[in-house]
Amino acid sequence: MMDFIQTLGRNTRSSFTKLGRATFFLVQTVIGIADILPRPRLLLNQLYSVGVLSFLIISISGLFVGMVLGLQGFYILSDFGAEETLGVMVAASLVRELGPVVSALLFAGRAGSALTAEIGLMKATEQLSGMEMMAVDPIKRIISPRFLAGFISMPLLAALFSAIGIIGGQIVGSGLLGVDDGAYWSQMQAKLDFQDDIINGVIKSLVFGFVTSWIALFEGYDAIPTSEGVSRATTRTVVTAAFSILGLDFVLTALMFGDD
Amino acid sequence: MGDSARCHNSLVTVRGLSFSRGDNKIFTDVSMDFESGKITAIMGPSGTGKTTLLKLIGGQLQPSQGIVTVDGSNVHRLRRNELFVLRKRMGMLFQSGALLTDMSVYDNVAFPLREHTHLPESMIRTLVLLKLQAVGLRGARNLMPNELSGGMARRVALARAIALDPMMIMYDEPFTGQDPISKGVLLHLIKSLNATLGLTTIIVSHDVHETAAIADYIYVVSGGKVIGEGSPSEIKHSASEWVQQFMDGSADGPVHFHYPAKDLQDDLMSSGKRY
Repeated sequence: MMDFIQTLGRNTRSSFTKLGRATFFLVQTVIGIADILPRPRLLLNQLYSVGVLSFLIISISGLFVGMVLGLQGFYILSDFGAEETLGVMVAASLVRELGPVVSALLFAGRAGSALTAEIGLMKATEQLSGMEMMAVDPIKRIISPRFLAGFISMPLLAALFSAIGIIGGQIVGSGLLGVDDGAYWSQMQAKLDFQDDIINGVIKSLVFGFVTSWIALFEGYDAIPTSEGVSRATTRTVVTAAFSILGLDFVLTALMFGDD
Repeated sequence: MGDSARCHNSLVTVRGLSFSRGDNKIFTDVSMDFESGKITAIMGPSGTGKTTLLKLIGGQLQPSQGIVTVDGSNVHRLRRNELFVLRKRMGMLFQSGALLTDMSVYDNVAFPLREHTHLPESMIRTLVLLKLQAVGLRGARNLMPNELSGGMARRVALARAIALDPMMIMYDEPFTGQDPISKGVLLHLIKSLNATLGLTTIIVSHDVHETAAIADYIYVVSGGKVIGEGSPSEIKHSASEWVQQFMDGSADGPVHFHYPAKDLQDDLMSSGKRY
């Protein structure tokens, strides 16, 4: 029993210290963003490796998710004779939920794990220490550009995911199953609200981008500098990011759509 | 050895330094002087915190007690930006080289110049090529770090460490894992950079013969304390049994071959339960 309480105490304390370190790290990272402005090249390189390189996985997943939505939606809606509203259903699910959430989960798996591994290995091979000894702040030079790139890329990737998903839904719905093409688009236009649906979706993905990049970079920076340490940190990134994304999605959805 | 004579010419001084990691005391009350323009070696077995000492001098770690001064300023009292100004004048060569793996050899050497100066690219090119020439790797400028051998990586890191013409340079285990030729090359480079650029040099190493061949002064460290110091010949003829064992590399002596354990016979006859 004493052991249990001791372990509980130790774990709680270490979780809080870690949270403290992570917050301190975040503050330094955000302050470091000011130093990127005169050197856009640093950001562009990261936008490429974090954002552009995630294009393929996001587009293909978006296409399939949209196609599945089209299929499932059609079967249910046609029971009620409401297959004309397929466009609304596909677009609303994508823009409100699946776009931000699924693309953030994919982003955590594709870009987040890569960031953690990269930073962790830089730490393990003394590159970060080396930079510090060359009087270059690794947070400003390495972390901040990656953080900003993640934050900017996420909403763009989510938008891409939703857009391709909507096309996927249309390919299946009107291409294969015979829903009227005009109805698919015009119902969508009529029912989807810019503020309620699109802006809220963008806010969600901005939050997810912020949290995922923070987790990924911090786990790498805080990793134990051994191969096992880096591998654990990478796993933790994906797991923690997934939980945070899904948990935050619930909170944000409740806040955004709760009042209607 | 007149300690006071060494003092007023020293670029780096360490006074009463203590440092611990958790409950583990790494250093207790260590004092050292690193004379300007000379090669000073810190020797000792693996795991005695020699690298930690370099990190303490470079201000990457905070001591629990004691003072480290570099060129007159107390390293651990400096504000972060003052520390960075000081570090531009301190070179450090890490054991692994610590090259940035996403940049070519050329860009690695250019890195500190691009970060800290506003020199035009043509001048950076001249400087980088001269530094690479000094370490004999001008022809390797387009290679990536993963295409270099361990010895070459260290030479590139050396070129990078001297890119900003520092006043001192710290070498962390420069000879570990090097073949005899690379060792010879590094020895020659360390010696000639010290002589031609007047660099104050600190070498942390457990390679006795290589280090003793070029050092002007040696500190032998073990168990968190300085247990011997002097010129290489003084160290070689030290009365301390421990220093003798270290210099000769004998398997048993004051440092025992066996990790502390209970009696072998008792151990073999016991039940085999883990304890």
